[in-house]
Amino acid sequence: MNQESASLHVQVWRGGEEGGYQEYTVPRRENQTVLDVVTWIQRNEDPGLSYRYACRVGMCGSCAMQVNGIARWTCRTHVSNVVRNDTLQLAPLSNLPVVKDLVVDMDVFFEKIQKAKGNFTGTRTRYEEVARVLPDSPQRQLADAGIECIGCGVCYSSCDVVTWRFEYLGPAALNRAWTLVCDERDVDNDARLEAVSGDAGCHSCHSQGACTLRCPKLISPTAGIAGLKRLAARAALRGDKGGAE
Amino acid sequence: MMAADRRQARQGARRWYWQRLSGALMLIFILVHLIVILLAASRGFTAADVLARTQASVVWAGFYGLFVVLACSHAAIGLRNVLVESGCAARLAAPLSNVIGLVLLLMGWRAVWAVTFGVGA
Repeated sequence: MNQESASLHVQVWRGGEEGGYQEYTVPRRENQTVLDVVTWIQRNEDPGLSYRYACRVGMCGSCAMQVNGIARWTCRTHVSNVVRNDTLQLAPLSNLPVVKDLVVDMDVFFEKIQKAKGNFTGTRTRYEEVARVLPDSPQRQLADAGIECIGCGVCYSSCDVVTWRFEYLGPAALNRAWTLVCDERDVDNDARLEAVSGDAGCHSCHSQGACTLRCPKLISPTAGIAGLKRLAARAALRGDKGGAE
Repeated sequence: MMAADRRQARQGARRWYWQRLSGALMLIFILVHLIVILLAASRGFTAADVLARTQASVVWAGFYGLFVVLACSHAAIGLRNVLVESGCAARLAAPLSNVIGLVLLLMGWRAVWAVTFGVGA
């Protein structure tokens, strides 16, 4: 640890949609994460502070919040990498309704994954042989690139298109749809490509890449969305020729 | 998904496709247009030179006529997107951008007609 000052000035959002920042002084520790800081405040200063976490090791996706204005997973974010002038400002994720303090209502985020047909639709039952998908097949490689999403909402919170167009499905839902489009076992892709098209879907993405820049799992939703744009447009043009409107 | 939603989704996907295609094709047209201008300008650039090249030339009329179609369709789709993202209802943005696209098309074709078949003022 660099020899910074012995304490951190931490501003934490308190309240719901309406509220304000409350200041705390938190002792610095070696290898301290932002989640450690929030936990210290709740245990030592303010038991009423609400926040979410579960695994603490970057698997569950529940501890995301804005740190100095940027959405991050806090359990794997070291204070030393994000602190500015010994100060941290912590706020709930943007683009989602605030429940209380650092907790947001994730309903709409998960509902949009459903709207994008983010559920696997196969044909085999548990009594049939498991489908064989070769790990090095091109489709599997494409799916692999996006499959490690933990649903933390960092991309959704970072997306400007979600901010100015609330109905937009968002990077996580579209990335989920893309991994299923690339899943050769799935049989519902015509409906999925329709579900992700149009004003609320992939074609509204501006390819600004904030989701890709911020994703803690280093996924590129931007690339998946570009793939969806191409396939959905081809499918729509095929629909023209077949007259299947 | 309702039938109307499905139709809108497909229309959105097609709009995206045609805007990309028109944009890509316009690159070729813009390149030809710029090269011709550069060559023409290097020999002295007058209105008489331009008209001498374009008048009664079906090839140039076809070239710029198609260029105008590409530019207008590209602009109309883009304008609709800008309007919708600015908060305009889609059912209002679509006819509005179509009308503006059509006006641009007629103005562009009128200009092409003038330099091809028009008589001097």
